[in-house]
Amino acid sequence: MRGVTEPSDLPFGTRLWFAWVCFLRVLFDGAFAGRAFAVREGMPSLPAAGRKKSGSEAAAPKEAGAPADEPSGDEDERPRASMDAPPLTPEGRRRMAKTVREARPLPVDASATREVGGLLLLSLLQREGRLVDFLRQDVASFSDEDIGAAARVVHAGCRKALDEHATIAVVQDAEENATVEVPVGFDPSSFKLVGNVKGEAPFTGKLRHRGWRAARLTLPDPVTGHDVRVLAPAEVEL
Amino acid sequence: MSAARWVVGIDLGTSHTAAARVALEAADAPSAPRRAGERSPIESFPIEQLVAPGAVEARPLLPSCLYLPVASEGAMPLPWDQERSFVVGELARTRSAETPSRAVTSAKSWLCHPSVDRRAGILPQGAPDDVEAISPVEASWRYLEHVAEAFQHAGGGNLAEQEVVLTVPASFDAAARELTVEAANAAGFENLTLLEEPQAALYAWVDAMGDAFRKELAVGDVVLVVDVGGGTTDFSAIEVRESDGHFELARVAIGDHILLGGDNMDLALAHVAKQRLVAAGKEVDKWQLVQLAHAARAAKERLLGDATLEKAAVAIAARGSALVGGSLRTEITRADVDAILVDGFFPVVPESARPVVRARGGLTQIGLPYAQDAAVTKHLAAFLARQAGAVAPAATGTSGAEARAPRLLCPTAVLFNGGVMKSERLRARVLEVLATWCASEGRPAPRALEGADYDAGVARGAAAYGLVRRGKGLRIRGGTARAYYVGIEGAVPAVPGMEPPVVAMCVAPFGMEEGTSAALPEEQLGVVVGEPVRFRFFGSTTRREDTAGSSLEEWKPDELEELPPIEVSLPAEGRGAGEVVIVRLAASVTEVGTLLLEAVPVKPAKPDERWKIELSVRGDGDASA
Repeated sequence: MRGVTEPSDLPFGTRLWFAWVCFLRVLFDGAFAGRAFAVREGMPSLPAAGRKKSGSEAAAPKEAGAPADEPSGDEDERPRASMDAPPLTPEGRRRMAKTVREARPLPVDASATREVGGLLLLSLLQREGRLVDFLRQDVASFSDEDIGAAARVVHAGCRKALDEHATIAVVQDAEENATVEVPVGFDPSSFKLVGNVKGEAPFTGKLRHRGWRAARLTLPDPVTGHDVRVLAPAEVEL
Repeated sequence: MSAARWVVGIDLGTSHTAAARVALEAADAPSAPRRAGERSPIESFPIEQLVAPGAVEARPLLPSCLYLPVASEGAMPLPWDQERSFVVGELARTRSAETPSRAVTSAKSWLCHPSVDRRAGILPQGAPDDVEAISPVEASWRYLEHVAEAFQHAGGGNLAEQEVVLTVPASFDAAARELTVEAANAAGFENLTLLEEPQAALYAWVDAMGDAFRKELAVGDVVLVVDVGGGTTDFSAIEVRESDGHFELARVAIGDHILLGGDNMDLALAHVAKQRLVAAGKEVDKWQLVQLAHAARAAKERLLGDATLEKAAVAIAARGSALVGGSLRTEITRADVDAILVDGFFPVVPESARPVVRARGGLTQIGLPYAQDAAVTKHLAAFLARQAGAVAPAATGTSGAEARAPRLLCPTAVLFNGGVMKSERLRARVLEVLATWCASEGRPAPRALEGADYDAGVARGAAAYGLVRRGKGLRIRGGTARAYYVGIEGAVPAVPGMEPPVVAMCVAPFGMEEGTSAALPEEQLGVVVGEPVRFRFFGSTTRREDTAGSSLEEWKPDELEELPPIEVSLPAEGRGAGEVVIVRLAASVTEVGTLLLEAVPVKPAKPDERWKIELSVRGDGDASA
């Protein structure tokens, strides 16, 4: 079994450019600043994958990016959502419960955070809606009826998971195929202009797709010692 | 140590546990009456729990399930405990379907099961040898402990220091209430009050309505609370009275503990779907039946929620990773839902209908006393008929039928609670049946009280009760929902084949309020020092007039229900072993809301001498042996 590829470090030039972009957008784009703040404040760092595991799983690559090497000692320095704590004495636990709210966030490795988030989402959709099973299977030889039965399972499960963990809103609240106006100073990530595009905003055109925006996404908190790369455990009936 | 900052209401349910809280500042601040629509200070409080191996989420409901992993599965870490060796909550619920022999479910039903030892490790039933079985009390303790830990982890402070209101079914008898308190004490709750669930539902409704509830209810109203949850059904009646020119609510009647709920309904639909799949030549194993029940619940909710829908597809996943080709699909139709749910569980029956009771087979395995009749409406008819005398006729107003005693307690309003009652269709059916019954008594049809929170109502109401106790709002009066009796065998010459006649002496009258004591009865009993002495013990939910000390020589079969016996054991201190001490039995209701029975010696050896009488919870109480 192969492990998941780690995102590699960005080259210095890219980082410089990205830091500049972030600086400007944080300064002038409130929504972006909010999101960036949330990422920095709330997202979990990658728990030490398979720390307690041995054998084949230990072979999974986990060299780059993962801050498995926690700074030693002081729990008060931990970010709220990082459950990557060493076993605590009851006193320590109580202390942690008290201090956990005021804890200042550690600098979080963005790529590792992104990876954990992605893995948690995949696990969730597999657990609730068997999405990975569905996508990994070669469906070419099956009848539409069989695919339909499976698609219902996937749809019902994933939809429930999505409803419970995210709030999805439309970007442009209008009927599709209706005429809409794209205003001056529109957000280029929210609107994609296609067809006969020329001149300056405002633009008037037909709404082909309303677009989706995740207004909220809450993923389960990972727990220490649990390998987030395991999207579904092998099941053995005794 | 900081003082209490919150009132925390906990609904320790058979299938799910929920919690809500309200800041004490809100209780102590002077406030104008809240108008409808104004936000309540009570907030539901999501409970962090393991939802899958290694994934923690805060969910509004904590499934009341506990899973005991094998040692090699390792610890089941929680954010606040890395070494946790058991699981409570959603993951435990999932595991209970996959590995039932290691999972505890319905602990609350075991807690009020009179024929088992409720402090003994009996759960999970049929557990393998390596499982250290736990008692129903410990299971409840673990659920409460989990709520406390999640509360503290979320920054709410130590729950032991907060005011906790814990709800119990109205039908819980004195012993089950005591065991609930025992579990709560084990979980560290010190500042604790018990509240009946249907009352909590009404408190929640009153809180949600704000001051507008006074327009919805009038003096003379009788509110029937119909609470159908996942595992149990509970009825109560609450009367609106006038006392010294003030509005007063009084709980006047409670029903039996009925083990019948939404889970039965889902399973019934799952069996229909299974038969359909089997008829189509598919095989459905136990694991798939559980999935089918989940899918059937979703289909049920869609069909009940949308009257235009004729059928809903039910699909269950293949067990292996080959999803396509192995998944099964069938449908549940509107006709199924009508036949099974609406007419099966809520049939239109006359008010004379009663639940069918089959004689249990001789070799019944020890299990939960599930309701044998699935018809909720028949249980309701039985409840209303038994409690026909719960409301004084003058209070309800009469309409030409003054001459005869009412055959039925006719409610004027209905408050629904519990997940099952979320369905408008089922609520309409209950109202329809009630309307026919009331019409046959010459009474108007009851109306539904709108605006209830079916899932979180009980927990919110429990928190609201915390405010009411501090003088913020109307308190529901009622006291204990049963009168309690001690059985005394008459001194008559033995006759072969005849049981000696038993006189039931009332020790605790109906409706004792928290913190009150019953008058000491005249009747005296002899107790042998140094030996445990047992008395037969009875409860009645219908005899309201008996005072402490009154003796019944005969009663109607359904008036008195025999409870597990009570036991008193006098320590030998200051008296010789074997000496007979003459005592009287004193009853009081503690501030927490439990019944306290004490033996008071007629000639005390020292001032204030009295001994506690234990309510037996061991389940070996065969009084005739």
